[in-house]
Amino acid sequence: MPILPAARGRLSRALLDAISEAPGAALEARPSGGADPLGDEDLHLALYCCYELHYRGFDAVDERWEWDPGLLAFRAALEAVFEDGLRAAVGSWEDAPLVDHTRMDLLLREIGEAVAAPSVSAHIARDGTREQLEELLVHRSAFQLKEADAHTWAIPRLVGGPKGAMVEIQADEYGGGRPERIHAKLFADTLAGLGLDATYGAYLDRLPGLTLATVNLASMCGLHRRLRGAIVGHLALYEMQSSVPSRRYAEGLRRLGVDDPGVVEFFSEHVAADAVHEAIAAVDMAGGLARDEPALGPQVLWGARALAHLDARQAHELMDAWAQGRSSLLRVPVAL
Amino acid sequence: MSGPRTRITPHRDGPLLVRGDFELTDQDGNVIDPGREVVALCRCGKSRIRPFCDGSHQVVRFRAPSGAEDRTGG
Repeated sequence: MPILPAARGRLSRALLDAISEAPGAALEARPSGGADPLGDEDLHLALYCCYELHYRGFDAVDERWEWDPGLLAFRAALEAVFEDGLRAAVGSWEDAPLVDHTRMDLLLREIGEAVAAPSVSAHIARDGTREQLEELLVHRSAFQLKEADAHTWAIPRLVGGPKGAMVEIQADEYGGGRPERIHAKLFADTLAGLGLDATYGAYLDRLPGLTLATVNLASMCGLHRRLRGAIVGHLALYEMQSSVPSRRYAEGLRRLGVDDPGVVEFFSEHVAADAVHEAIAAVDMAGGLARDEPALGPQVLWGARALAHLDARQAHELMDAWAQGRSSLLRVPVAL
Repeated sequence: MSGPRTRITPHRDGPLLVRGDFELTDQDGNVIDPGREVVALCRCGKSRIRPFCDGSHQVVRFRAPSGAEDRTGG
C-alpha cells in the first residue's frame, strides 16, 4: 500500500497526524479563507489523502478511517472550498439553461475548443525533452495509475442507456477482463519501461496541488451521487480529448528514441480506443443522461467545464515552468 | 450487445462506429484485426491508422451530418 506523504501545511498535517492514530482521533482543523481553492498545496494534498482512503488506502492507516464521521466532516469542509472555487471559475449549473440532448456532442466539443491553453501534447510531440516527457508522466501517474476508477463510482447511480455506455467504456479501460490490458497497467508498464517508479503513489510528494486537484475533481464528482451529471461530463470530455494527445505522446516517445512497443502501448492503445469511446461517451452516455434526466444536462456540461479549466491551468503551469527551464514538479521533501 | 444485426452509425463530424458481428478485410480478402469489439472507422480520411479512427477529425475540423446527406444539388 502507498505510504503517507509529507504534510504541506496545517490541514494536511492535522489529517496525517489523525489517521496515523486509531479512528476517532479528533480532526478539528478547517480551511481558512484566502487559499487558492483550485491549487492550494495543503488543501489539495489533504483532500487527495481523504479520497485515497476510498481507493487503495495507506500503509499502516486503519481502514476504518474511510468512514470515520470526523474525517468525513473534515473532508466536506475541504470539498466545499474546492467546489466554491470551481463555481467561481466556471459558473454554476443551477443557473444554466436546460440542454438540448441531441446537441450534447457539439456542446461538449465547444467546451473543449474554447479553452485557451498551450498544447502540452503538441510540445511533447515536436520538441519536448526526455526530462519533460518524464515529468508529464509523473504528473499523470496520480490519475493514470487508477485510471477509470473515479468514474466507476458513478455506475450504480446511472440506469439504462447512459449506464450501458459507461460500462462499455469502463470495460475497455479495464482491459476487457484481461488484467495485462488494464489501462492503469499499461501506464505502469510505460513508467517502468522509462525507468520511472511505477509503484502506486510513489510520486505523491512530488505532485503540485494543482495536479492533485485534477484527480480530486474526478474523485469528488465520482463519490457524490449529487454530482453524477458532472462525473459523466468529466468522462465524456476526457475521452473526447484523449485520442489526438495520445497519438502525440506516442510520437514524442518515438522522436526521443523510445520505440519499445511495451512503453508506447499505453498511448497507442488510447488512440484507437478513445476514438471509439469519444463517440459513445458524448452521445450515448452524456447525451443519454441529459435525455433521461434533463435537470442533469447543465451539470454534465459543468463537469466538462471544470475539467477543461483545471487542465488548462495545469497546461499553463507546465509550459511556464519548462519555458523557464525549471521542473514543474515539487522538490523531494527533506524528510525523504 | 445491441441486438442480432450489425449496426453501423456515422457519428456527427466523426467516425463510423461499427457494433456487432463483422469481419474487416482489405480488398484482397486479408483480415484486418480491429483489436476490439466495437470499432471506429475513419470517415474524414486524415487518420494515421486507417481504416481506423485516430481522432484526427477534430484536428481538421471535419464536418459531416450523422444522417444521410444529399449534396448533389439536384
